[in-house]
Amino acid sequence: MTYRVGEAHSMGFQVFVPFSPWSWLLLLVALKCPEASSDLNESTNSTAQREPNVRFAAAGSEPDEKISVFALDYDYVQIPYEVTLWILLASLAKIGFHLYHRLPGLMPESCLLIIVGALVGAIIFGTDHKSPPVMDSSIYFLYLLPPIVLEGGYFMPTRPFFENIGSILWWAGLGALINAFGIGLSLYLICQIKAFGLSDVNLLQNLLFGSLISAVDPVAVLAVFEEARVNEPLYMMIFGEALLNDGISVVLYNILIAFTKMHKFEDIEPVDILAGCARFVIVGVGGVFFGVIFGFISAFITRFTQNISAIEPLIVFMFSYLSYLAAETLYLSGILAITACAVTMKKYVEENVSQTSYTTIKYFMKMLSSVSETLIFIFMGVSTVGKNHEWNWAFICFTLVFCQIWRAISVFALFYVSNQFRTFPFSIKDQCIIFYSGVRGAGSFSLAFLLPLSLFPRKKMFVTATLVVIYFTVFIQGITIGPLVRYLDVKKTNKKESINEELHIRLMDHLKAGIEDVCGHWSHYQVRDKFKKFDHRYLRKILIRKNQPKSSIVSLYKKLEMKQAIEMVETGILSTAAFSVPCQAQRIHRIKRLSPEDVESMRDILTRNMYQVRQRTLSYNKYNLKPQTSEKQAKEILIRRQNTLRESMRKGHSLPWGKPAGTKNIRYLSFPYGRPQPAGRDTRVAELTDNDSSDSELPSIMFKAHSRAGILQESRLTQEIIPMKSLPRGGKPSHFGYQRNTSQEEHDGRGRRGALRPKPLFHAVDEEFESGEESGEETSAIRSRWSGEHRPTRQHHRSHSPLLQRK
Amino acid sequence: MLISSDQIEQLHRRFKQLSGDQPTIRKENFNNVPDLELNPIRSKIVRAFFDNRNLRKGSSGLADEINFEDFLTIMSYFRPIDTTMDEEQVQLCRKEKLRFLFHMYDSDSDGRITLEEYRNVVEELLSGNPHIEKESARSIADGAMMEAASVCVGQMEPDQVYEGITFDDFLKIWQGIDIETKMHVRFLNMETIALCH
Repeated sequence: MTYRVGEAHSMGFQVFVPFSPWSWLLLLVALKCPEASSDLNESTNSTAQREPNVRFAAAGSEPDEKISVFALDYDYVQIPYEVTLWILLASLAKIGFHLYHRLPGLMPESCLLIIVGALVGAIIFGTDHKSPPVMDSSIYFLYLLPPIVLEGGYFMPTRPFFENIGSILWWAGLGALINAFGIGLSLYLICQIKAFGLSDVNLLQNLLFGSLISAVDPVAVLAVFEEARVNEPLYMMIFGEALLNDGISVVLYNILIAFTKMHKFEDIEPVDILAGCARFVIVGVGGVFFGVIFGFISAFITRFTQNISAIEPLIVFMFSYLSYLAAETLYLSGILAITACAVTMKKYVEENVSQTSYTTIKYFMKMLSSVSETLIFIFMGVSTVGKNHEWNWAFICFTLVFCQIWRAISVFALFYVSNQFRTFPFSIKDQCIIFYSGVRGAGSFSLAFLLPLSLFPRKKMFVTATLVVIYFTVFIQGITIGPLVRYLDVKKTNKKESINEELHIRLMDHLKAGIEDVCGHWSHYQVRDKFKKFDHRYLRKILIRKNQPKSSIVSLYKKLEMKQAIEMVETGILSTAAFSVPCQAQRIHRIKRLSPEDVESMRDILTRNMYQVRQRTLSYNKYNLKPQTSEKQAKEILIRRQNTLRESMRKGHSLPWGKPAGTKNIRYLSFPYGRPQPAGRDTRVAELTDNDSSDSELPSIMFKAHSRAGILQESRLTQEIIPMKSLPRGGKPSHFGYQRNTSQEEHDGRGRRGALRPKPLFHAVDEEFESGEESGEETSAIRSRWSGEHRPTRQHHRSHSPLLQRK
Repeated sequence: MLISSDQIEQLHRRFKQLSGDQPTIRKENFNNVPDLELNPIRSKIVRAFFDNRNLRKGSSGLADEINFEDFLTIMSYFRPIDTTMDEEQVQLCRKEKLRFLFHMYDSDSDGRITLEEYRNVVEELLSGNPHIEKESARSIADGAMMEAASVCVGQMEPDQVYEGITFDDFLKIWQGIDIETKMHVRFLNMETIALCH
């Protein structure tokens, strides 16, 4: 059976493990059908056009003798069927890839996709499929490319990007040009050598080939970089290059194609060349301009969509796509347009759209780009395994060699120059890494594939050479770059995520801005500052929704939640010793680590309100989004919440913290100054007033130890919480603790909060924080409690809120 | 800290501009810097210029006015760390910068950043946004303090008291963070002649 061919390719990866029997069955069916298919399959030049009428015509033309009870009509569904199968196959492969968790750190995911593509190609070739899929120019440029670029632009971390923008533009722009022309010219010189039999390849063709082969796709290696945790500027350079490189290559490609179409190469005058250069600039800048305009328009529109939030993702996608198409109409760079649109739009759209729309947009974007890329690699695989190759040793080898040489030249030359202007230059090690990360990808292949045969009689050779370069760079460079980074010991980033760090860095930003103001020096930092002010004064007013009743309540809710949480924790965890001397107690008991959720929410507040959003670059992963909450705790929360509610009902409390919080009775854990309140939400004592010292009003949520093995703090907690805390003033024991629900409820709570979005989370949770998960659960317990009762008793709570303020 | 002669000239011009051609600057002169108004921590920044500890004139208190030399002293804290310096000097520079930051937090000059001071800082930082209540700022500060305590002291005994962050603790917190790349003002980058201060 033909699928054995696939298994032979397995190379020992576990990718085939998850391949269920069903998928093989499907594959089998798919493979058998072409053999049985009719001749109607032949015509497909463009996979987009299938004639649905054909089926009916065929049925009508020959009157059947009998009515067939069971008939097979594969032609009708062939294309969608096969496309779907391929996508599924790639997805299954990805699942397998990630199952073996060490793999993503070893090699880029492109490797995997290429293997899958080659596999499919092999299958198709093996079965002698009558109509192998082909990709034509319009499909690629109109359908497959935009999602990939959109995703890149949308998930771009803006602040580091703009901090390094000078270097990035210089490097990406000039680098692409140097590479393209360098490779093209060198190859032309090689072609002049008669011995290789390449004399019919003229200069323009070589230049064109140079431009398409210089399109790198280093995003593929970013995942590997993440593992190695390289420093931020380096990461940004590669990211920036990836982003801009596609655009520049395509622009260059189109210009050169236009030149090529001017048949006679002798007709090209210097004027044309100048026109070409001018066009290059206009195309680039015009594209960006279009993108920005469309970005603002869509941000503006999302301001009004609060009642029909279901169309918000639609608006985002349609406007981005529209920017691409509009730019393409005018022969401007659609890629740069869509990138600029995504970058512009993101900030405002994120604030305007509802939580679910936001999530939808993110996931849908990832999905679309994933599908596109998969399809491109499939096409690539199909082309690989086939008869349409032309192998020319000289051309191919020299292409490889020149690719590397010119990349090295451009890296070292350009960075030498840009280092003069950078405060913190890139070291030679960094430059080596950048050089080595020149991995080609789907972009080059597509451009090669779409070369018009009429203008390029030796197209096959180009395609073959491109494929060789891609395979070489992706496999060899892609796999070895990880160890190389580790070996060179590139300067790592400090990924410790802590409130302190955030605070200090914010402080320093402001400090820097202040000092620069005092010095009267204008720097790029101030440009950003000025932009932010402009943004605040004008743009935000126009583009962001004014009254967001949902989210202002939600933000109030969140604030109250936090307040309650803090207070609940305070009363929940006490030690007996502290009570006797409330005012003097200056102790910290059982310092509990802040849970990741706490840290995250605090940082959310910090980032949103203190400064321009500081994106964490290192969470970017091209192929998936990090999961946001732990699903497994969901059920537990629900159960516990119900218990909580039941108990509170029983005890007759409508509110978890019934007492109007006047004064604090319980103090312990304090820092020397001011309010003797413990630092840290976990150890806070809820404020009980002594006015109402009735026992009954106390929250009745019982604190139950979460059954986690081996966490010492918990057991300590359970022992000490339950006994009653005596109130210094009233001397009244109040019973509490509270339910420890885990983060699901918190997640729900968060879900309702428009203002606070769960961001792609850090995955490198510090060891310090691990034990603190319970505290997060505590606080989320409060929230869940709160959320459970908030709705019916909202007014009630509001009236209590002033009372609950600390005095 | 070393600054070149070009930079000194530039700063001198700026100094004269701020002081209105007077030999000294007072706190009020900083009101002439319009952009500073929008800075949430402007009071701390201005104060830092007059802080005796930064001026190396004492261990506490504020000077009333500063002359150009003092101005330069403060500016020298923001010089980017020269990559040609050896390890020891780099460490020294780093420590000086961190000390400057520490003084910004520690407003009462007792050598410790207490919870109250920390809260003050966070509140100021968040003051730009009207939607954030003091409570949130407070909880953030408290959380940060907790974290600092756990970093510096580790697991504490029930009877232990955590007074506040000392300078050594502060150094510990900053150990992983790259202050060299963050705390510098761009134009103090040019290196021509190094003038000993």
